[in-house]
This record gives sequence, structure tokens and C-alpha cells, in this order.
Amino acid sequence: MNTASRTNGGVGLKVKGLCKSFASLEVLRDINLEVKPGEIFVLMGPSGSGKSVLLRHLVGLEVPDAGEILLDGQAIQGEGVLSGYRLAMVFQSGGLLNSLSVGENIGLYLSEHRLKSPEEIERIVAEKLDVVGLRGTENKMPSELSGGMRKRAAIARALVIEPQLILYDEPTSELDPLSSVVVAEEIVRLNDRIGVTSLVVSHDRQLAFGIADRIAVIHEGQIVTVGAAKEVEQSTDPLVKEFLSAGYKRATT
Amino acid sequence: MFQNIGEMVVLFWRTLMALPLTWRQRGKVFDQLFEIGNASLLMVCILSFFIGGVIALQTGPVLVERGLASAVGGVVGIAICKELSPVLMAVLIAGRIGSAMAAEIGSMRVYQEIDALRTMNISPIHYLVLPRLVAIATALPMLVIFSILVAWLGGALVCLSNDRIAISFASYFMNLNDVVAIKDVANGVFKSFVFALIIGVVSCQQGLITRGGPRGIGRSVTKAVVNSIVLIVILDYILTRVLLR
Repeated sequence: MNTASRTNGGVGLKVKGLCKSFASLEVLRDINLEVKPGEIFVLMGPSGSGKSVLLRHLVGLEVPDAGEILLDGQAIQGEGVLSGYRLAMVFQSGGLLNSLSVGENIGLYLSEHRLKSPEEIERIVAEKLDVVGLRGTENKMPSELSGGMRKRAAIARALVIEPQLILYDEPTSELDPLSSVVVAEEIVRLNDRIGVTSLVVSHDRQLAFGIADRIAVIHEGQIVTVGAAKEVEQSTDPLVKEFLSAGYKRATT
Repeated sequence: MFQNIGEMVVLFWRTLMALPLTWRQRGKVFDQLFEIGNASLLMVCILSFFIGGVIALQTGPVLVERGLASAVGGVVGIAICKELSPVLMAVLIAGRIGSAMAAEIGSMRVYQEIDALRTMNISPIHYLVLPRLVAIATALPMLVIFSILVAWLGGALVCLSNDRIAISFASYFMNLNDVVAIKDVANGVFKSFVFALIIGVVSCQQGLITRGGPRGIGRSVTKAVVNSIVLIVILDYILTRVLLR
């Protein structure tokens, strides 16, 4: 990890002309977007629109066919650039290692990179669990946690890295409304407390309009609109309007 | 198929390059060693005893009828240490441990645990593959030595108890001692070391490329076991040719 980049606050992210296809299926088509340091940026879109694939590109889990991703102006494809920034991702499923206890999961980054002593790791784990309201769950296994608790444990694991950019993949999917609110509050609190740049991928409209500084809507691999929550809400683009107003009402006879 | 082979070679090479980190991963290596020993020791014992027994039963009466009773110990001894123990133990371990490795790594892949490791700058090769490969490459040769001893004992008991063979423990082991050299046992153990690397690399590679859900995991497990066994049999022939020189 590059110590030069160990500064407080978030990192700026820019995506330029990103394209990705899997076989003949075009998943991302000329994606351009910019996330400013310290902002909460929500990427919305229907299922299968390419949101998660875009997120995976940002942490180097996928290699783009074309285009580039810049962190503070540096292309992440460059040697050692990605490892020079503290990035964290909260996976849709949580991504906790099922063979490790919650405490071991949260301290994994520190223990594997030998950044702290075991006692310090124990203290940090307890502190991060406290932040996400999971105090005392260190010795539990991930399978013993509820969906919401697992998501919060995943956030605690991300916090250990002291991230400059944190990516959330559908943080409220599979959660009940109360747990969704807890997770949303956590995202905002984190942003306020450490100034981390947050990129949230979700199709949860309530979450998006509740926490976002800016919102982008993606449809079939293309960004169709970007702007402040109010601007997106008032967008006249038919795709955006359809997505934001989609609802179900039982037909009455 | 060629893509699979290429990926296995790359995985093996990267794991070799990571060998200096083994000490850091010693906890996981010991966990895996315990897992392999715990899961296999009883089966190795039973299988080896009966393999020794059946080889003695098949060869003993034929040799005794032709006045070659003094050769039974040597025939059983050589067959066990050079061929049967290394190959059959490798097949057993491919089925029990290789399948478990592929399933565990495969489910970690499917449930995004490996992606989570990568985002934390933790190499899946250092964290998952290295400890498994070191453990299996250590455990299988040890299990084969144990298997050889148990199989020899099984052969001796059959020779003693079967009326058509009726060879004493002393003459069986004396003949075995005359015929089997340390080099023969070493050949078998060396073979098992190579087989262990094959099982480890094939199983970990299949786990790492798992796609889809539970069906994908099942497919990876099947491929890990089948590919391991096919490669073991092919390599057995090649190694036997090389070691016979």
C-alpha cells in the first residue's frame, strides 16, 4: 500500500469511455462519469443494466475492453496504482468469508498484511463493530448473522481499511425496511465522519434519493442522466421517468 | 482443455513463486494437514490393508504352485510400494480432498468471497492455493509411506492365514526385505509427491474458475476429481518409464 496516498478524506473518481462485452453481449457502452472527492454518488438502474459490472471494474475485478478509470487523475490500469489507494467494496452478498468468524473477517486485512499486532487488531475490530452496531458479535460465524447484520459486518470490514473510496453493491437488497434505514444511515454517517467518497449501486429509489449528493441512471449499459437528486427526479428522459415512476397497483374490477 | 492446462501451469508457477511465504501461512498449512489426515487416515488404513491382502491372495497361490513360495513377499512388496499404494492413495485423496478443495474454493468464488479477498489486496493464491498445495504435497507422501506399511502387513496376514499360501511372517518379510530396496519405496513416494501436486493444482484451478451457482460448484468438483485421476494415470505411466531407467 502506497503510504503517500494515506491522506484523510475521499478520492476523486473518473470513468472515461468505458466499454465491456461478454462474448457478444455488450454490457457497458461508453460509460463516462465523475465522482467528486467526498461525495455520495448513487448509480441507479434496472436489473441487468450493468451497474455491478461497472463497480467490479472500479476495483480491478474486471478488465475493460476500452476506456479508462482514473483515481485522482491516475489510471488504475497503471502498475501499482490500484494498490496505492485504499478502496473498499461492500458486496451484495456481504462477501464475508464463511470459514472465518465475524471478528476474523473484519480484521482480515490487518492480519494478512501484518499491519497491526493481534491485540491492536482485536481492539480495532471491536471498535468497528461498535460503529456499525454489532458489538459482541466477534466470535459469531457469518452464517449466524441475519442479512442486515451481515451487510453491516461487511461495512465494518470495509472501515478497517480506512477507505478513501467505498463502493456499495446493492447495500439494501434483501433487507427489510428497518435494516435498510440502518444501512443508509451508516453510509451517510461514514461519509460525514471520514469524508470517504461513496459510490452506491442500487435500484432502491428511497435509498438513492435519501442519501445521494448526485445520482446517475444507467440503462442497458449507458448512462442516461446524471445530476443532483432533484434534477434526476425532474428529468424528462422517458427511460428515467419510467424507471422512477414504476409501481404496481392491483387492477380493480 | 488446452486453456485449462495453460491455467494450471500458470497457477502452479505462481504458487511456486509464492513458496517463500509458506511460513506466514503456516497456520493454514497445519489446518489443511489436519483436515487431510483426519479425513483420510482411516480410509487409507482400510484400503491399504485389503489391497495388500488381495495382491497376496491373487499372486500367492500361483507362485506357491510353481514352487516360488519364497518370492511372494517380494512380489507383493514391489507391487505395493512402486505402484498400488501411490496410485490408489492418490485416487483416494483426489476423491476425498481434491473434491473438498474444489468445492470450498468454488463456493468462495460463487459467493464473492474471492472477490472480497482481491479488493483487500489479498492474493487468493497466497491465501488459498499455497497452503493447500503445500499441505497436500506433504501429506500424500506421508500417507503413502503409511499405506505401504499397512499393505505389506495385510499381505503378510493373508499369506499366513490362507491354506493355499501358508507362508510365515518371517519368510514373507525376509523375502520382501531381499527384493524391495529403499530406492523402490522412494520411487513410490516420489510418484505420490507428483500426484499430490497434480491433485492440488487441478482442484484449486477448478475451484478458482467456478461459474454460476451450486450447479457450477458441482461441475467443478466433478471435473477436479475426473481430471486429477486421468492425469494421475497418465503421469503414472510416464513416471514409471522414467524411473525404470
